[in-house]
Amino acid sequence: MKTLFDKIWDAHVISSIENGPDVLYIDRHLIHEVTSPQAFAGLRKRNFPVFRPEKIIAAADHNIPTQNQHLPIRDELSKQQVDKLSENCREHNITLYGINHPFNGIIHVIAPELGLTQPGMTIVCGDSHTSTHGAFGCIAFGIGTSEVEMALASQCVLQTKPKKMRIFINGKLNKCVSSKDIILHIISKISASGSTGYFIEYAGSTIRNMSMEARMTICNMSIEMGARGGIIAPDETTFNYIKDRKFSPKGTDMDKSLILFKTLKSDDNAVFDKELSFKAEDIEPMITYGTNPGMGMKITDSIPFIEDIEENNRESFRKSMEYMNFIPGRSLIDLPVDFVFVGSCTNGRIEDIRAFTSLVQGHKKADRITAWIVPGSKQVEKQAKAEGLVNLLYEAGFELRQPGCSACLAMNEDKIPEGKYSVSTSNRNFEGRQGPGARTLLASPLVAAASAITGKITDPRIFK
Amino acid sequence: MPIDKFEILESTCVPLPAENIDTDQIIPARFLKAISREGFANYLFRDWRYDKNNKPVPDFILNNTEYSGQILLGGKNFGSGSSREHAAWAIYDYGFKVVVSSFFADIFKNNALNTGLLPVQVTKSFLKILFTAIENDHGTIVKIDLPNQEISLAASGIKENFEINSYKKECLLNGYDDIDYLISLKRRIIDFEKIKSFENEN
Repeated sequence: MKTLFDKIWDAHVISSIENGPDVLYIDRHLIHEVTSPQAFAGLRKRNFPVFRPEKIIAAADHNIPTQNQHLPIRDELSKQQVDKLSENCREHNITLYGINHPFNGIIHVIAPELGLTQPGMTIVCGDSHTSTHGAFGCIAFGIGTSEVEMALASQCVLQTKPKKMRIFINGKLNKCVSSKDIILHIISKISASGSTGYFIEYAGSTIRNMSMEARMTICNMSIEMGARGGIIAPDETTFNYIKDRKFSPKGTDMDKSLILFKTLKSDDNAVFDKELSFKAEDIEPMITYGTNPGMGMKITDSIPFIEDIEENNRESFRKSMEYMNFIPGRSLIDLPVDFVFVGSCTNGRIEDIRAFTSLVQGHKKADRITAWIVPGSKQVEKQAKAEGLVNLLYEAGFELRQPGCSACLAMNEDKIPEGKYSVSTSNRNFEGRQGPGARTLLASPLVAAASAITGKITDPRIFK
Repeated sequence: MPIDKFEILESTCVPLPAENIDTDQIIPARFLKAISREGFANYLFRDWRYDKNNKPVPDFILNNTEYSGQILLGGKNFGSGSSREHAAWAIYDYGFKVVVSSFFADIFKNNALNTGLLPVQVTKSFLKILFTAIENDHGTIVKIDLPNQEISLAASGIKENFEINSYKKECLLNGYDDIDYLISLKRRIIDFEKIKSFENEN
């Protein structure tokens, strides 16, 4: 009796080291410009070739500007890194979707939209948000650069099998509650380290009724509670999403694949190391108030008092209050904000742009707000134009930028200035994450939209 | 990259009691633009260590000359967040050989081991003992004994055992890295691929 995770893992183990890790075969290796150059340099030093270049897909995403992408990258170091990726891919025959390529975008957005992410696969990338792909019933997890080098050299990584956790979410979602709110709710309950050592399977009726894009948002943020990854058993929603994508199996190949895909679920009496359950009805639009993703609350709640915080965590809490310039016990509703960022591998897909547009449509952006609406990929950008969203956004005072990781980690010039408040649909509110001294409040696209219109933290339900 | 060998270390410690020290604090993203592994020490805890005018922040522990050593002590959930191995490189490049905490984030732990930086996970109570001892005497010597998987306070002899999987222990003791091992399995990897593609076609 096996869990879904065990089925996929066990089918990819080439050998096991006694009292040590397993040698795990990798079906798809995704790379980007930041965590790969030292891995290629390591291979070169040892004079090893890339073992299976056809199983690797590269994209430039972390460093690239989100305006004027037709011009050379101005930041010299960013340019050097992006150029190095091109050079390495050319040298080793690796497919690269570089800047301006019609398939370019954030690696975790483009792999699913191209059909490169498929149920039953093992997927790694030198990026912690690789967990996104678990939405398709894959084992997908982030690795460090030494492991990128291992995967380049052998198409395998050495990994210790994590423990298994299952999280059920059942019931019907309240108005204006999205998958981002669900995951922020869960992390706020179990903390930023509550799933360390585990791989999470998400299950329950709420998950079943979700689109693939919404599922990706949930799996994406599994890492924010410490988990190596999240996984959701594939179903008709998954199969419908995959079919007819550029690199998905076609015709009889797809028929054969479907037979395998349909076996990908946990057996009825499979045993998990830990199980948790949440009710959709309990979840409301969320916002974070602190400097880790576990410090979240219902948008209408108040920041906890120091006495409500576990003693061990009080020092971190105090530090984060100081950093955010917040007073314990206060509500964040109506707090003036300066920036709104919509994008990232968490919420940079077409449904996110649609949700944001649906709320701002017919309103005007508040003057004090600088808004960066950044599509996750060229294809998302194209789709947003085709659906007329770009025009609607423009009429409301917003413009769509060009794809990339952008202000999620502020490696390019999209940096939130020191001391400014940013309502961000990204995944991390760490100190300095969006720029030195930037103050990040994580939220859904709808909360971002409502706050962009009013210029202050606003409950989206008053617009809907 | 082959790693440096590690066996036994006796050193003073640098205490950083904050919890949830994430990899964005250890090394902010804007310093990840290098294409080599060297030189990250300058950026270690950059935004805690230096102010916006690049002046050292006097309160920050790495700027306090009373503390030094090759062991970094951190609060619970050390190394959470991004998978950037640059975080482990920066700590190692600065001169630390060991990080001690009551809880490490998974990816960081792997990255540290692959860099030759030993993550030593201790109980909450032992971590508290360490922090208190160092607060009382900055010169407190802590001994890390990898062969016996033991961490101890040299003066009082108070000690605790720590876990490490025996494969990684061997790697550290001998300076091996995983790539040599994986390359030695190439034949089996190719056989595995053949079986897999046969299964997929039938």
